[in-house]
Amino acid sequence: MTKEILSARRTALWDFFHSKTGVIGVVILLILICMTLYAVTSVPLQSFQQWNNPAYWIDYPKNAAPAWTNFLKFGQKMPEHIILTQKQASTTTSFDHGISTVTHTYTVNYNYGSPPTDFMIPYSAKYGQTPPVLRIDVMRPDGKDFLIYDSALPPSLIGATQNEYNNRIFSTDSLITQNLGVYERLFNYLQDKTMPQVMIFSKTTYPAVLNGVYKWNERFYLFSSSDTVETTGLILGGSVYGPMGTDELRRDLAVGIFWGAPVALFIGLTVSLASVLIGLIYGIAAGYKGNRTDEGLMRINDFFYSVPALPILVIMSVLIGRSIFLIVGFLIIFGWIGTAKISRSLALQIKNLNYIEAAKLMGESDIKVIFKHIIPQLLPLTLASIALAVPAAILTEAALSFLGLGDPSIPTWGQILHQANSAEAAARGLWWWIIPPGLMIALTGLAFALIGNAIESITNVRSR
Amino acid sequence: MTRIHYFLVKRTINMLVVIFATLVLTQALLGSTTDKILTEAVKNDQINALNQGNLKFRSLDERQHYVDTQIQLNIKALGLNEPWYSPTRFVNTILKLAVLDLGQSHFFTSDSGSSNVRDIILEKLPRTILLFTSSTVIITVIGLFIGGRLADKPSSAWDKMNAFLAVSSSSFPSWWVGMLMIFAFAFVYHIFPARSTPLLPPSDPYYIFNLLYCMILPLVTIVIMGFSSWAYIVRYFMAGILREDFILAKSAMGIPKKKVVYSHGLKNAAPPIITSIALALASSFAGSIIIEAVFDWPGMGKLYYDAIGVMDIPIIIGITYVSTLIFVVTIFITDLIYAYLDPRVKVG
Repeated sequence: MTKEILSARRTALWDFFHSKTGVIGVVILLILICMTLYAVTSVPLQSFQQWNNPAYWIDYPKNAAPAWTNFLKFGQKMPEHIILTQKQASTTTSFDHGISTVTHTYTVNYNYGSPPTDFMIPYSAKYGQTPPVLRIDVMRPDGKDFLIYDSALPPSLIGATQNEYNNRIFSTDSLITQNLGVYERLFNYLQDKTMPQVMIFSKTTYPAVLNGVYKWNERFYLFSSSDTVETTGLILGGSVYGPMGTDELRRDLAVGIFWGAPVALFIGLTVSLASVLIGLIYGIAAGYKGNRTDEGLMRINDFFYSVPALPILVIMSVLIGRSIFLIVGFLIIFGWIGTAKISRSLALQIKNLNYIEAAKLMGESDIKVIFKHIIPQLLPLTLASIALAVPAAILTEAALSFLGLGDPSIPTWGQILHQANSAEAAARGLWWWIIPPGLMIALTGLAFALIGNAIESITNVRSR
Repeated sequence: MTRIHYFLVKRTINMLVVIFATLVLTQALLGSTTDKILTEAVKNDQINALNQGNLKFRSLDERQHYVDTQIQLNIKALGLNEPWYSPTRFVNTILKLAVLDLGQSHFFTSDSGSSNVRDIILEKLPRTILLFTSSTVIITVIGLFIGGRLADKPSSAWDKMNAFLAVSSSSFPSWWVGMLMIFAFAFVYHIFPARSTPLLPPSDPYYIFNLLYCMILPLVTIVIMGFSSWAYIVRYFMAGILREDFILAKSAMGIPKKKVVYSHGLKNAAPPIITSIALALASSFAGSIIIEAVFDWPGMGKLYYDAIGVMDIPIIIGITYVSTLIFVVTIFITDLIYAYLDPRVKVG
């Protein structure tokens, strides 16, 4: 490699990083790559695989706004949805007269304008013939201790030595209502016993939320040394959750948005790379060979050019399949047409240049001439075309997903919007369900469009 | 044969090939599935007819024999005993499609209660055409006006802004902007309905006003998302023309600038503009199918969306076929306009 080529490359790079739009594009792209890395390393893979499984999202709130909306509000804050798992609990174990007591204590600092919408306590325990007893009490900030639940777990199956039992206690449990009856006299005003979450989180003097630190003790009395408490938890229902809120199916939208980034980048880059390469070789073959080959190949190109892509894509994904790899394949079928046309006309110009004639006279084969002398000339254009083809690929995939034909096993931004549209999110004002996925599609497209335009204008300047 | 004839023949053949290939493709993908569905339908029909009729048989065998022969006769009458690619079946399918005999829908009916796919589609088609044509006309007018203005003053601040708008609007999904419009103008400000399906029945005298009122929001969305890239295309080609000597000469002759730009400039820049715009039209066509679904505009796009939701195969095929037809004809018409405007195609 000679010095001139190296310095030419350096100036090209210099030009690129001094075009404003190109830099903006690169910055957006870097953000997307960071999102991808974050998704791959920090968002659990299970949440990605279980995206369309409603059972996985049962602990989450329905249609909750993002938590940060509280900062934009004046006055009282909306209660945040709180999910506490065993990791956040402090565990104490004591042993007395053959009975071991396991206590999981959950500490919640509650500072909101209204009580939780409900609460849930999931638990699971392993035990033998004598079922353990579960007793739950809430230590309120005002020092009052409410025993809300006290009951034995159901007996094991006969003959089973080790029985694992999972259950959830809901705030609507009749035992909780009964137990709270005892504390009614502490309040100066009438209590609605069907809403224990209100009573537990209210002041005794007048109807208002009692803010402060609550301690939920979930205490298991185990009567055999082999009995164990597997998991416990505490979920306080709220109307805001997480950085991006949740949707109608209780899914954490942040998971979908983050995992959407690698999926979109994969689709966009694979489709554009493959279709531009196919188009490049196809166009050069047509332009370089000329005559009959050119005519024939260009008729096929004309044919694809006048086929409406979307309806055909719809038919193919309805009838053949919707896996993401198939969709990528379908998009490539319609992706190569434009590049083929442009590279053909460029090949027509280049093939008449003297050095090509010379190479041919020296007896170089057609394939060698194409790959050694023509393609290198078209590389800058190819690079620009690849970048410029990405937005179209991402938009088309999003359109297919939006029509309900996306890969059902993974979350994509288009699918999130499809579900938002089915649930009429726009008319119901659930903006957090609509704005982020669409913005991500647009930004991803924009990044590549800007980069492509920057490369194109640099190469145009050079060719002038 | 002159050049224009050659051009027209080439385009016509291309159009026919596209339509034919779409047909073959859908048949190849679907043929065996639809055959299976039809055969099942024939069997069920026969058994139902027998259960409701009062034919008496001496034995079960006789009954079975009767059912089998009836089914065989019907299958033969419908031509289902041959595969979809056999010549007779294939010619029949093409003839059926040529008269838009697209079968029966499983889930949808037209307003008049017919479940015939052709009736349903023909009922929705005018509304799609209304929305698509009116938005295209508005975009064309705005695009030509702004494009001409910008070509006159290249690299002004407005020009740069329009270029940025064009790039960003082509990377924004227009249907997503539609959702935002619903959020803004139906949820936050109650100006337009969230669902663009008119509430009045089509027989009502005020139906047309109701329909036009419902059309405003989708129309505005399509125009907003479309005009800047049109203006960009017009400006790109016009700027080149306006630098030519003959235009400068016209200006020097004292012809008003406006007339020079819109009459002489536009005429000469028209052919490449038309080609680029045909492409833009093609992509916005796909976009407006989805826009309809977002706004619940009672056209073909919305029907498509609903049909995909419940997998009503006859409707999906019917719309694919009809929209391919419309698309191909649109491309053909732009080719004709191109041939009319570009003298190089005409001169043999």
